[in-house]
Amino acid sequence: MSERTITLDALTRVEGEGTLDLTIRDGKVTQCAFRIFEPPRYFEALLRGRAASEAPDITARICGICPVAYVMSACQAIEAGWGVTVSPEIHALRRMVYCGEWIQSHVLHAAMLHAPDFLGLNDAIEIARVAPDTVRTALRLKALGSRLMEVIGGRAVHPVNTRLGGFFRAPDPAAIAALIPDLEWGVGAARSLALDFARFDFPVDNGDYLFVSLVHPETYPILEGRIGSSDGLDIPVDAFHDHFCEDQVAHSTALHGRMRDGRRYLVGPLARYANNYVQLSETAKETAALCGLDPVERNPFRSILIRMVETQYACEEALRLARGYVPPQPAAMEMRPVASVGEGCTEAPRGICHHRYRTDDSGIILEATIVPPTSQNQPQIEADLARVAQANVDLDDDALRHRCEQTIRNYDPCISCATHFLKLKVDRG
Amino acid sequence: MASRIERLFIGVGNSLRRDDGVGPWIAEALAARGAKTLIHAGDGMALIEPFDTHSDVVVFDATQSGRAAGTITRIDAANAPVPVEIFRHSTHWIGVGEAVETARALGCLPPRLLLIGIEGQRFEPGEGLSAPVERAAQMLVDEMSA
Repeated sequence: MSERTITLDALTRVEGEGTLDLTIRDGKVTQCAFRIFEPPRYFEALLRGRAASEAPDITARICGICPVAYVMSACQAIEAGWGVTVSPEIHALRRMVYCGEWIQSHVLHAAMLHAPDFLGLNDAIEIARVAPDTVRTALRLKALGSRLMEVIGGRAVHPVNTRLGGFFRAPDPAAIAALIPDLEWGVGAARSLALDFARFDFPVDNGDYLFVSLVHPETYPILEGRIGSSDGLDIPVDAFHDHFCEDQVAHSTALHGRMRDGRRYLVGPLARYANNYVQLSETAKETAALCGLDPVERNPFRSILIRMVETQYACEEALRLARGYVPPQPAAMEMRPVASVGEGCTEAPRGICHHRYRTDDSGIILEATIVPPTSQNQPQIEADLARVAQANVDLDDDALRHRCEQTIRNYDPCISCATHFLKLKVDRG
Repeated sequence: MASRIERLFIGVGNSLRRDDGVGPWIAEALAARGAKTLIHAGDGMALIEPFDTHSDVVVFDATQSGRAAGTITRIDAANAPVPVEIFRHSTHWIGVGEAVETARALGCLPPRLLLIGIEGQRFEPGEGLSAPVERAAQMLVDEMSA
């Protein structure tokens, strides 16, 4: 019997640390374990006993790439529990700052971390030598995302102007208006990067995905809507734990998300796009079509294109919101603690980020449950790896290792968030 | 490209990870003495814009090379490649070394770019620098503001 073992140690161009063990027996992949060894972080435990008002700022520290997702999901959860609905102006400003995070995060991943895979390059330094204009455009786009975060959130990472109920201070209209010319440029720049990336030679793949995302009847959801799936699930945000759960597995410090009926599912750009294609702007749909994307895309290697379509959409949305900006008055809703359980869910760049808090009547957190996107995707990442490894089992170990790394990077995984990346061990006997 | 202006001091690191915060510690001390400073804690690519818009930049960052704590390394990054591995890697992959080399490839390094590495001893969660690192940091603050 022939056996082959491949280990991929210290995966690069992902956020956090993990390893992958592949065992191949007689040409069949018999075992695939994506082990995350990023240490547990205990955020849910340390929130207990703290004021609910601290939850947005504390949970933002889970991630330096998608802090707005944590701020917004925490705010929404506690506001839901305490019966507060924010004003349309506050909601619009939240959506605008969230667009900044999508732009920042998607461009960093697509242009700097993911694109080298399709160009046979090792990193962003090499891409800067080969395609300097692409990198300059990407850096300027990323800086635009950061400026949105600075103007609205107070700084480019871990915002300080956000709070339960809204904002500490409404940004000056002049500061918002000053973003408009760059946002106008950003729409075209994102489209141009998408079209550049569409020329890559993508590996052929077709995942059998159950897509889960927020869904909304009127808009491409970022921080509004219900939770929906490609097989017809349509539930309110506070029914999430009735349908989804997280399991511990022996080989990873990250929990593995599953449907309660045992099925794995996919969150993130592919899912959001498939479930909400009709809500995209006509111009974003046009870019998607020019990139060769159908309304449902099942090749995870092409997720880079959806990230750029979403970047274009985020620039368009931020532009629309900036043009219509009305400073919220007051900048934050009044928050009165209620003994309650509240749940919130928003679309982090990597997929839905669900928060649930139980608070007492003085606003102290008694219990917190946070379900980040990357832990929800863990079982699907392993399924993708097994499928891709099997389809490429004839490649030599180095080529197979590289293909597996690419498969993981398709997810833009945020390992630190999920530890709640990569060494690959392939055992071929 | 924006106009290039006066000397900028950039402190890179995370003040909540002990000696990893030496860069921000120095930047804050220099800011208190009136210098133009920037504290940077996110991914390294965001350093390229200040590189592109200033003519004279000094970057302070913790190093982790196995030498004695407080050891100072000076690298004339405008004129020589940066040994990427000695600067403590960002959890987001792109650290100071990668940012400098990417900026070099794009042709947007400032004419003067000095990287100053301070060897750290402790990088666990928590605030405050270890004694040899703080001594080295203070010496650099005095030197840069002299």
